[in-house]
Amino acid sequence: MPSERASTGLKIAAGLGLAFLHLPIVLIFLYAFTTEEKSYAFPPPGLTLQWFGVAWNRADIWPPLWLSVQVAGLATLIAMILGTLVAAAMAQSRFFGRDQISLLILLPIALPGVITGMALRSAFSVMDIPFSVWTIILGHATFCIVIVYNNAVARFRRLHGGILEASADLGANGLQTFRHVLLPNLGSALLAGGMLAFALSFDEVIVTTFTAGQQTTLPIWMLSELVRPRQRPVTNVVAIVVFAVTFLPILAAYYLTRDGDHTAGAGK
Amino acid sequence: MPHSPAILPERGLADRLTATFWRHPRLLLAVLLTPPLLWLGVVYLGSLAALLLQSFFSIDEFSGVVKQEFTLKTYAELFRAQNLDIILRTLLMAALVTVASAIIAFPIAYYAARFARGRWKAVFYLGVMLPLWSSYLVKVYAWKLILAREGIVTWVADHIGAGPLMARALEEQWFGGSSLSTSPVGTFIVFVYIWMPYMILPMQAALERVPGSMLEASADLGASRAQTFRTVIFPLALPGIVAGSIFTFSLTLGDYIVPQIIGNSARFIGLAVYQFQGTAGNLPLAAAFAVVPIVIMLIYLAIAKRMGAFDAL
Repeated sequence: MPSERASTGLKIAAGLGLAFLHLPIVLIFLYAFTTEEKSYAFPPPGLTLQWFGVAWNRADIWPPLWLSVQVAGLATLIAMILGTLVAAAMAQSRFFGRDQISLLILLPIALPGVITGMALRSAFSVMDIPFSVWTIILGHATFCIVIVYNNAVARFRRLHGGILEASADLGANGLQTFRHVLLPNLGSALLAGGMLAFALSFDEVIVTTFTAGQQTTLPIWMLSELVRPRQRPVTNVVAIVVFAVTFLPILAAYYLTRDGDHTAGAGK
Repeated sequence: MPHSPAILPERGLADRLTATFWRHPRLLLAVLLTPPLLWLGVVYLGSLAALLLQSFFSIDEFSGVVKQEFTLKTYAELFRAQNLDIILRTLLMAALVTVASAIIAFPIAYYAARFARGRWKAVFYLGVMLPLWSSYLVKVYAWKLILAREGIVTWVADHIGAGPLMARALEEQWFGGSSLSTSPVGTFIVFVYIWMPYMILPMQAALERVPGSMLEASADLGASRAQTFRTVIFPLALPGIVAGSIFTFSLTLGDYIVPQIIGNSARFIGLAVYQFQGTAGNLPLAAAFAVVPIVIMLIYLAIAKRMGAFDAL
């Protein structure tokens, strides 16, 4: 009933719920400027910009950051190729085993990360595969496929099959149709899916701890700082960087796909 | 004017392939599906098979080497008192987190589904989506700051005169520890914070599908707001709530980062898996522990399916 108004109690409960979701993140920003180094004292005794400089000059942060970018980049690339292929197949026809395939794509992210991680760890152990950057990428690509798939399949569904037939009628072959018709139409959905996949991989820690061996990605660096803090304000600065790297793609993905019937991110 | 043929001549490989795929659409389907299925089949299903295999091995107690022979010994170890404790504690936590998440999520989903329009709809959507997607570790870290002994919760409690009350509560063993960030309650709060957003969207989708005509009919028949809620809205939204609970329950079941950073070092299934495969070097027992959440989730999913949760996803 559109004419009915929300009761005050409902408004307050919904507002408090949203505040509960957002306030903790705001605090991270405050703490990056604190002058207190040894504890998490609130309110901060003073504010300073020095930790940004200190973090910039810390040699142990750059290699994990670079590794995370590489892993996320390659995992995203693999996931984009595989995810788009499945989406194309699922969109064009109904076939035997279709539901099973969509379950298979969803499983790596629906089951807790510790299962995916432990499963990969067991496989590497059974097959004597040594840990490397590639074992990390293998895991990340697997659970990123579903993100790209969700975005691509939604766009495929909206795409009218007629335009592909029109392209063929006008004499274009499959390659030309792909390049001039399909790709421009899929573009923004794939971009959104790719950015979300990148954000997910860049931040992933649970599966990574099982597949990384001695490699340190940025989240693993952060985890070790959380367990044994060394210079707390530096961790705060890194937290802001990680937050920004995941936050901006999500916002961009939202604007790229918001006109659709399915908005990016709903499928995490 | 020389007439051109109705059918264009072939211009090379791309044309020939296009024609082949046109005549055999199944072939195109196979070409599209093979790489992703090969990947998921080998990497993912293969790994799950390796996990299952590993859980039927055992470890030699003297040498610490994995014996690759079939045995049920490792599964029997799960039923030792301390391991059973871990499983029950994890189940209890997952259940509590799910109930608390449902209570906090419902007003947000309800308002977003029934009253938010236009601009506010977008605000609610992003307001749920951004915390859901932002960095997991950063969120956990934020709570370490908040719950620390010298942190903001203590500061607020002292300022509203609840300091002594909180100190008393922390002395209770089931409740507290030396501070909130080392207490079971801390673990619970952070679990709710991290996984609750996953419940809002399925809930909201289910509430949006409740037809307005039914609410009008209910009002016409003289039901009060509370009655309409209890007898019409809630039963119709239940599949959505159950669908959302799949995520909160499953994700809490496997998490091992939160109890490692915030809590009194009581062990949960995820943490047990992590420790057995790492420092203890007991891969078979770690694998057997990882099978527990899979089995629990299969049972949970079967129940959820009966309640119609899958149609609400």
